[in-house]
Order: sequence, then structure tokens, then C-alpha cells
Amino acid sequence: MDMTKTVAPPPQAELPPEAPKGSSGTKGSATHRGDRIFSGLTKGSGITLLVIMAAIAAFLTWRSINALSVNEGNFFTTFDWNANADPPVFGIAVLAFGTVVSSVIAMALAVPVAVGIALFISHYAPRKLASPLAYVIDLLAAVPSIVYGLWGALFLVPHLSGLYFWLDDYFGWTGVFAYDGGAARSLFTVGIVLAIMILPIVTNVSREVFLQVPRMHEEAALALGATRWEVIRMSVLPFGRSGVISASMLGLGRALGETMAVATVLSPSFLINPSLLNPGGGTFAQNIAAGFNEAGDIGRDALIASGLVLFVITLVVNGGARMIIARRKEYSGANA
Amino acid sequence: MSHAVMDQRPQDAVGPRPATLRQARLPRWAPLGIALGSAALAIATGVLADLQSRAQWGLIAALLFVATTFALTTAVEGVRQAKDRLATSLVWVCFLAAVVPLASLVWETVARGAEMFDLYFLTHSMSGLRDLQPGGGVYHSLIGTLQQVGLATLIAAPLGLLTAVYLVEYGKGKLAKAVTFFVDVMTGIPSIVAGLFVLSFWIILLDFGYSGWAGAMALAILMMPIVVRSTEEMLKLVPNELREASLALGVPKWRTILKVVLPTSIGGITTGVMLAVARIAGETAPIMLLVFGASSINNNPFEGPQDSLPYFIWTQFKAGNQYAYDRAWAAALVLIALVMLLNLLARGIARWKAPKAGH
Repeated sequence: MDMTKTVAPPPQAELPPEAPKGSSGTKGSATHRGDRIFSGLTKGSGITLLVIMAAIAAFLTWRSINALSVNEGNFFTTFDWNANADPPVFGIAVLAFGTVVSSVIAMALAVPVAVGIALFISHYAPRKLASPLAYVIDLLAAVPSIVYGLWGALFLVPHLSGLYFWLDDYFGWTGVFAYDGGAARSLFTVGIVLAIMILPIVTNVSREVFLQVPRMHEEAALALGATRWEVIRMSVLPFGRSGVISASMLGLGRALGETMAVATVLSPSFLINPSLLNPGGGTFAQNIAAGFNEAGDIGRDALIASGLVLFVITLVVNGGARMIIARRKEYSGANA
Repeated sequence: MSHAVMDQRPQDAVGPRPATLRQARLPRWAPLGIALGSAALAIATGVLADLQSRAQWGLIAALLFVATTFALTTAVEGVRQAKDRLATSLVWVCFLAAVVPLASLVWETVARGAEMFDLYFLTHSMSGLRDLQPGGGVYHSLIGTLQQVGLATLIAAPLGLLTAVYLVEYGKGKLAKAVTFFVDVMTGIPSIVAGLFVLSFWIILLDFGYSGWAGAMALAILMMPIVVRSTEEMLKLVPNELREASLALGVPKWRTILKVVLPTSIGGITTGVMLAVARIAGETAPIMLLVFGASSINNNPFEGPQDSLPYFIWTQFKAGNQYAYDRAWAAALVLIALVMLLNLLARGIARWKAPKAGH
């Protein structure tokens, strides 16, 4: 949504004024104390934020160790989740597979479309359409994930089986697109719903970058007689490449951690199903939501352990995306 | 904010003229004509071949449109123009691909939600009703959502605001860089992970029970980075001349911030906070782990399980009978209306109190 995009600040705002040290009021006056207290307060809340992040990592690790120490299976390779049994046997292999596959499907569907929409808003749309459309995309981001889930499970799933039979007819021989004709509550459907959900963030960040392409680059290409597509290919896309990559990674972070939409749409199982169109599989977040109510103490800790894995993965993905954005900012400043 | 961005767009649309005037061109109505033609053909195919899924019809139409455009333009205008038209038609298809699901989602929610939605639904709880029975309402969930989101805002808004002030007005060096980076990373924390953290800290370690307050803490973690980000952007828009003028008059920095910088940007800050509220109002996962859900009214967020709108949708969906589905859709309608109302209000405030960015 809005806060995820970075509006380029006006140039004069890049350097906040330094406090004129000692020039305001006399030494040791209330003024000085006020300044110290206020800056301490703001600094304190900044540090609170860091402490919360550290605490999340610490507490999740603490509970995870508790669960992993009694786990009789291999946490990474066991294809089962019997954390409430005695002895507990659980592993994240199926969850990792489902999380990665559904997110990859979501990315494959969403990124091209999002780049298309971003280009549409920044370069193609009639001006009257561009602004409302950007607004509609923002609204798309505001719809709660549980509503996407409800829509996905009760509306989209019944409408997809026709499409899946079609895919089965032509691509069923690959095994990946085999379809038996049950309710389409599968990883592929999850991927479609996730794609719709991450569309806004990928679109917004990409559009932001496309709008920053120096006007001179585009005009130079136009002056050489380029068509609109050639302008985009020669000046807009190369300039925006790293932005699109980081936008996709932000979208990936969302898709990996999405809980409710997956929990409502997917019909889970602890088997890795070679066909993506048939029900089965699971994701980290979905498994936590589905298993929490029946979990005992160890079961709860085991779910926290899988949450820790999810936390680390999203941390890496999001951190990577932010680093790419930050680096891009540094060297694009010169010609922007 | 999006309007400020849109304004960077050059006034004149990028529309290259043909290289020479003699070159053959498709008539102006060609794209529209091809689009209508392929839509008609797709519908005909769909009806004749008896394809049940409308998604298939749409796919056929899109493929036909893109292919026909490319073929026709190659024949008439040449390969370079054909590629250009291909890109244009693909971009239009992308645009439609995004609008169709949104329209369908809004339509389904309104149409199916309207069946149950009335004043009775808003003012009654599910107390004493079993999932299989008709009737009931969301009053208890509405109370829960409002209290939890309110508490979360009370924690997250001041902390986020102060952090943003630190980053823009004071922050230098490694600490500020670390805070900026982790604020960014924090926006990407899955909501269920925030829920698990509060679970292990508040419920497992400190041994408190399920309550609205526990949920509010998790929501605050999700809300804080959003508030920081948006407030930061707003503070950066305050012209430096204002700060300098105030400092030159001998006003101390903290008073400058409180009396000049914050009032100037208060509209944008309010917008950011409201958008953040809209975002967390729809979170289900932390509520599921920490508030536990209830079917009767609990007015005390600090004691005992509560319900919330998104969690209500989830439990009714799980119940899985027609009455429950009706309630789920109606609750979804209430939730979407609430979120959209917050969004519209926030944007209204943003437009009304937009800071004039310097020159």
C-alpha cells in the first residue's frame, strides 16, 4: 500500500537542519533539558523497535529449542507432523515444499502482470485513467486476506475446475498438471489467490521506479525514431530492472507468510503431491493456523519452530529486497 | 500520495509518430475492433465447445486479441510497429487481468453479504446460537475488533511517530541506519509470526490467558513499521525553511518539532495512521493465536477471550453450512466496508490537509 512505496523527497529535505548546538538559550537552561529529554525519547522508541525485532528472534528460538530437543524425526527431512504424539515426530519438508511452490506460482503469475500494469499506469494509460487505476490498485491492497480467502474458497474454487480439466487435457502428461476432478483446493489455486494478493505491492513499487526514469533517456530514444515499445525496452526496463527485482522480492515475502488465504483455500495433507492441481500439501503459516487449536505444549512449540523458519526466510527475502532498493537509490541519484 | 507521484508524469503522452507519412497504418478503431471481435469469437467458442469456466473464455479472448493484433500489424505496418502493438495489447490485457478479480471479489461480497446484512446482524451476538442455526450477528466481533485495534493504535502510533521523528530530525550514524533497515524488514514480518512471538512471550512465559490485549500487542507490532514509514515520508516533505525560520528565532529544536514540524505534517501523519489501522483491522492470524474467539459479548479486552470480525469470518467459514456461509459473507461485507471507509477518510484527510511542499 502507500507506506511501502518511497516517495522521492524534495531535494532540500534530504539534510535535516543540524541543531545549532549551544546557540539556543543559555547553558543548562530548561531549553537544553527539553531538547535532551525529547531527543532521548525519540531515540528510545527507535531502540524499542530494534529490541522488539531481537526479542522476536530470541523468543521464537527459545521455544523452538524446547520442541526440537524432543523431536524424534529430522526437522528438515521428515514428511510428517505428529508433534502431539509421544514421542513427537515432525518435520517441515512438506511445508517447505508447499510454501515455495505456491509462492513461485504466485510470482510467476503476478510479476509479469504487475509489470504490465505498472507500465500501463506510467506509460500507456490515458491520463484520466491512470490516476484512478493507481487508486484502485491501492484498494486491492487494503482488502483483508481473510476476505480473499473466503472469495477464493467459495467463489474461485468452483470456477476453476473447468480450467483445470482443460489443463489436464493438454498438459496432464507432464504429471504436474494432472487433475482428478475433485474440488480445486490445491496449491495451484493457492498460487492464483496469492498472485492477486501480491499484485498491488509489486505494481506499486515497479510503477514508482518506472516513473523515475530520467525523461532525457526516453526522449533520446524517441529522437532516434524508436516506437513506444522500443523506448520502454531501451530506457525504461533497463533503468527499472533492479526496482522490479526488489518489488518481486517484497511480493515474495508477502506470499511466503500469508496465512488465512491459504488456510481457507487449501485442503491440506502431509504428502508431497506431484500434481499441483490436486489438493494436498501445506505451507508454514497454514499449518500453524490449522494445527494450533489441537496442539499440546510440545505441539505448540513445534509450530513455533516452523514459525521461526518462516521468520528467517521472510527476513532474508525482505532484507535482500531492501538492500537492492537502497543500493539502487545511491547510484541512481546522479542522473535522476 | 499517489497523486503527488502521478504528477511527475510528463504532461505530453509518449506517442511516437510514424517514421514516414507514407507508411501504411491500421485505422484508429482497429485495436477496439479486434478486441470486440476476439471477445465475440471467444464467447462463441465457449458456448459451442461447452466450456464451463469463464476463466477459459477470458483466456481465449486474450490470446485471440494479442495474436490477431500482432498478425494484422505485421502484415500492414511491419515488424517494428507490430512489436509495439503487441506490447500495447499485452499491457491492456494485464490491466484487465487485474481489474476482473477485484470486481468479482467486490461483487460477490456485496451480493452474498447483503442477504444477511441488516441492523439486527450488527446489533446481536452469536450467544446461545449453534453454527447450524440461522440468525445471529456480529456485535460481539465488532466490539472486539474496535477494542483490539484501538489498543494497538494506542501503542503503535506514539512509538511509530517518535521513531519517525528520530529518523528524520535526529538520526545519524549506525543506529539510525539500523533502525531504518529493520523498520523496512519489519513491514514484511508475517502476521502469524508476530502472533507466535506474543504467544511465547505473553502467554507461555508470563502465563497470562487469552485476551484482546494480547492480540492488540501483536497487531501493534504489525502496525508500528507502517506508521514509521508513512510518518517519515510526511516529515521529509516539511520544507526546511520552516525549521530554519523557527530555529533562527531562538526556538529550541524540540519545540520547533512539536510546534512547527508536526502541525505542518499532521494531515499526512493522520492519513498514514488510518491506513495502518485499516491494514491491521483485517488481520486474522494473531487473533486466532492470542484472542481465541468467543460467541458472546466480552466488553473487557484485558480479561478473557474476545472475538473479532476477521476471526468471525474464519470460524463461520470453518463451520461450513449455508447459514454460517451467509454470516461469513455478511461479516466480510462489514469488514470491507469498515476498511474502505477508513481508506476513503484517510485519503480525504490527505487531500484536505496536504502539506505544501516548499516551492
